[in-house]
Amino acid sequence: MSETPSARLPEPDRPWMMRTYAGHSDAKRSNELYRRNLAKGQTGLSVAFDLPTQTGYDPDHELARGEVGKVGVSIAHKGDMLALLDGIPLEEMNTSMTINATAAWLLALYIVTAEEHDVPQTKLQGTTQNDILKEYLSRGTYAFPPGPSMRLIADTIAYTVEHVPKWNPINICSYHLQEAGATPVQEIAYSMSNAIAVLDAVRERVPQTLMADVFGRISFFVNAGVRFIEEHAKLRAMARLWEALGRERYGVEDPKRRRFRYGVQVNSLGLTEAQPENNVYRVALEALAVTLGRSARARAIQLPAWNEALGLPRPWDQQWSLRLQQILAYETDLLEYPDIFEGSKVMDGLVTELVEGASEEIDRVRELGGAVDAVDYMKSSLVESHRERWRRIEAGELTVVGMNRFTSSEPSPLTADADGGILRVDPQVEAEQKLAVQQWRSERDQNAVDAALQELSRVAADDSENIMPATIAAARAGATTGEWAQTLRAVFGEYRAPTGVGEAAAISSSDVAELRQEVERVSERLGRRLKFLVGKPGLDGHSNGAEQIAVRARDAGMDVVYEGIRLTPSQIANSAAQEGVHVVGLSILSGSHKELIPAVIEALTDAGVGDTPVIVGGIIPQADAAWLREAGIAAIYTPADWDLNRMMRDIISLVAERNGIGAAASA
Amino acid sequence: MSRAAEPNGRELASRLREGDLSAAPAVLNLVENRSPDSRQQSAELLAALSPAALGHEAPGHIVGITGPPGVGKSTLLSRLTAEWRARQRTVAVLAVDPTSRRSGGALLGDRARIEVDPSDRSVFIRSTAAGDRLGGLAPATRAAASALATAFDVVVIETVGVGQSETEIADVADTVVVVIQPGSGDVLQFLKAGIMEVPDVLVVTKADLGALATRAAADLRAALRSLGESATAVVAVSAIPPGTGIVELVDALNAHRAALDLTQRRLQARRLHALGDFVSEFGERGIRALGGRRSAEEWLQEQDSDHDVPTLLSALERKSGLK
Repeated sequence: MSETPSARLPEPDRPWMMRTYAGHSDAKRSNELYRRNLAKGQTGLSVAFDLPTQTGYDPDHELARGEVGKVGVSIAHKGDMLALLDGIPLEEMNTSMTINATAAWLLALYIVTAEEHDVPQTKLQGTTQNDILKEYLSRGTYAFPPGPSMRLIADTIAYTVEHVPKWNPINICSYHLQEAGATPVQEIAYSMSNAIAVLDAVRERVPQTLMADVFGRISFFVNAGVRFIEEHAKLRAMARLWEALGRERYGVEDPKRRRFRYGVQVNSLGLTEAQPENNVYRVALEALAVTLGRSARARAIQLPAWNEALGLPRPWDQQWSLRLQQILAYETDLLEYPDIFEGSKVMDGLVTELVEGASEEIDRVRELGGAVDAVDYMKSSLVESHRERWRRIEAGELTVVGMNRFTSSEPSPLTADADGGILRVDPQVEAEQKLAVQQWRSERDQNAVDAALQELSRVAADDSENIMPATIAAARAGATTGEWAQTLRAVFGEYRAPTGVGEAAAISSSDVAELRQEVERVSERLGRRLKFLVGKPGLDGHSNGAEQIAVRARDAGMDVVYEGIRLTPSQIANSAAQEGVHVVGLSILSGSHKELIPAVIEALTDAGVGDTPVIVGGIIPQADAAWLREAGIAAIYTPADWDLNRMMRDIISLVAERNGIGAAASA
Repeated sequence: MSRAAEPNGRELASRLREGDLSAAPAVLNLVENRSPDSRQQSAELLAALSPAALGHEAPGHIVGITGPPGVGKSTLLSRLTAEWRARQRTVAVLAVDPTSRRSGGALLGDRARIEVDPSDRSVFIRSTAAGDRLGGLAPATRAAASALATAFDVVVIETVGVGQSETEIADVADTVVVVIQPGSGDVLQFLKAGIMEVPDVLVVTKADLGALATRAAADLRAALRSLGESATAVVAVSAIPPGTGIVELVDALNAHRAALDLTQRRLQARRLHALGDFVSEFGERGIRALGGRRSAEEWLQEQDSDHDVPTLLSALERKSGLK
């Protein structure tokens, strides 16, 4: 039987770029990891930075305590960047850096590193994530207020379009919106609105003739959940909207530059701690969402590891995920065909539905003055969607295998190792990095650094200048990440993003009626309403869990004090004491619980409220639970504890017990 | 393990009299507590801090700050607190959020928006959700404000709204500040129509908007003149660093307080405080039993000026025959 010519491509497509989001501890250890990963067939680098680097603090800053080298590598100056990229050919490598508030700085360090290897910046290829709005909405590693942050983004775009033409200066991220609970429509609408805000800001700072180049350099970083058919439709919808945006709003004539380009990390939100081996299947299906249809296929893919809900993945876990990509690209026939959904009525119908829904939501954001002004609106909509998703899981309307259905399981041999199946960062790293940065400061030409920072400060205060040249000069002179950020903080001021929880609607009372009754009873006995402080110590900005707890506690009738992310232990203790709370809940996902929790307990004692019970939630490995209980923690919750109402019941009983209030007489 | 007994009212009163600011959280825990024992202790606290017991009015300056949501009150408070601290004055902030209470519970996020140095023990912030009971400001806030004024140099009551809340704040504050932003015509209309009591100080935020803010301030001044209230200060401020108008605002607050007949204002405040507590307890039925609000207020005017709030409240309860 003969085949029609259009059924196969004359040549199979080249595979997408394969990356692994990696990095931990210091530059030297991460460099070794990168070289091993490249030897395994990985084709690009994806650098994970630690939270102090992402938020602009040096390893010896108070806020960096417990966070150095935890969720990524610590990069404090050009010496670190040189060590990180040692032996890696920069003119050939394509490096993606997950860096936002401090993106201009890390890009400068990369450029200076290339310079020292005699690689001109025109040859550099890679991506800086550089998307601040989603940091306000979801991820939390912002540093400066919206206005100056948008300027930094616009400046890096304007600079790279001219001087580093192969660089993707920004990844508009829809990824983190889905992690924060976005529906597909919200994910499309808010990321497109975000892109509009960025492009409008750049338009003010580059000549009109460059706008087509600018548009062509904007790429996206998306997410794909397990509903992989709809997720694929979402990407096609984004491609359609992006093309139209380029044509209509920015007058981009060249169709190539209107093409929707994206990289992807598939969904982590849906990965479970219960029966974690099942996550491998989820990740595989999600990978199909971003590869199946040729016209909306990812340019670069990184896949999460099966054990992300347990803690930091080990190199072997990441290798297992890389192998999935390689099987998909090299074993299957995926790359041999044109778009397999071409002409599919179902797919077209789904895409149209999403485009229409998203267009309406884009208009709503525009009416609110655009994405920057609509941050509050978008944030509370996301908290709301996430709350609804959680409600459906609790009610059993949404099946999560192994978590709320089919929960009986044999013991998993995968988590039976002595290390509990996760990576543990050497606790010495922080002390080493602290000393190393102090040594770096003592050995450099201080006058040159002072002069460079003074110039940076001047440029920052002058909105008409591009920040990049002064930033590159400071990197060259040997300034540190903390110094660069502190110089800008002094000019731009600091910022606290909206928490979105105040506006979230209450869930239907029938779901929490019993809880409310119990809160009323205990409050009556206490003499005042049960008051609960939800705190996020450290630099970890993943606030979705804390927000859901805060909203549910309010729905259950408690008075809830929630101040948002990035609080020092003494701030939390101070609030707990001044607010007279009955219980404190801490949320930590960055793996820094061993350092931060004892610090909070000590601060509570110093503030005179050491008898307040403390509970902890987050990514806490089993092996640490006993140790935390000994340190005085009353209860520990992990992603396996998805039933929020049950958690609320525990909290109420805990307060009752600590205040000598007995259980309710049974009816 | 049961909690140690909360400190009693007299102990707390003597700590406040000695200027011990660390007593503040326990004072709030006590005055918020509605159990009969705590209410008794709370009454003892207030009695021990009354002018009759102290020999003078509590020296702190009680400042009420109100305005519509989103007008920039928290940012303003951050700058004001910094200015007060720069002048070596201790500050307590009672943030009342009347909009947050839903489903019985409340989310209190205000303190996050007020930037202060967490290690500074001379600043105290407490958030409260109003609306648990009828009648705007919670009884606890009134009691806390008058108690903390013994130890803190400045006690701020921050609440949201325009039209009703400044009247409630006026019942307890020495100086009432209404905060508005340029372009909000409501306040001007409310003032002209007499819906809103004239505040002691009007603040126009976002002075960085330039002409718009200048005009808003000018319109307000003109309206106040036409109402014969030209003594009311109108201050335009910008909270965007470095901030403008904050020094002038603190000066205006000080000037108002200096010109005030404090004895008279506090006496009136204690009477309205007692009436407010009475209404919280007995509602409209209580007011009817007193023969209406006006007659209750007139009756209070005839009471001994030395009476503290608990004494006045007991007298009202006896008069109403409800207790």
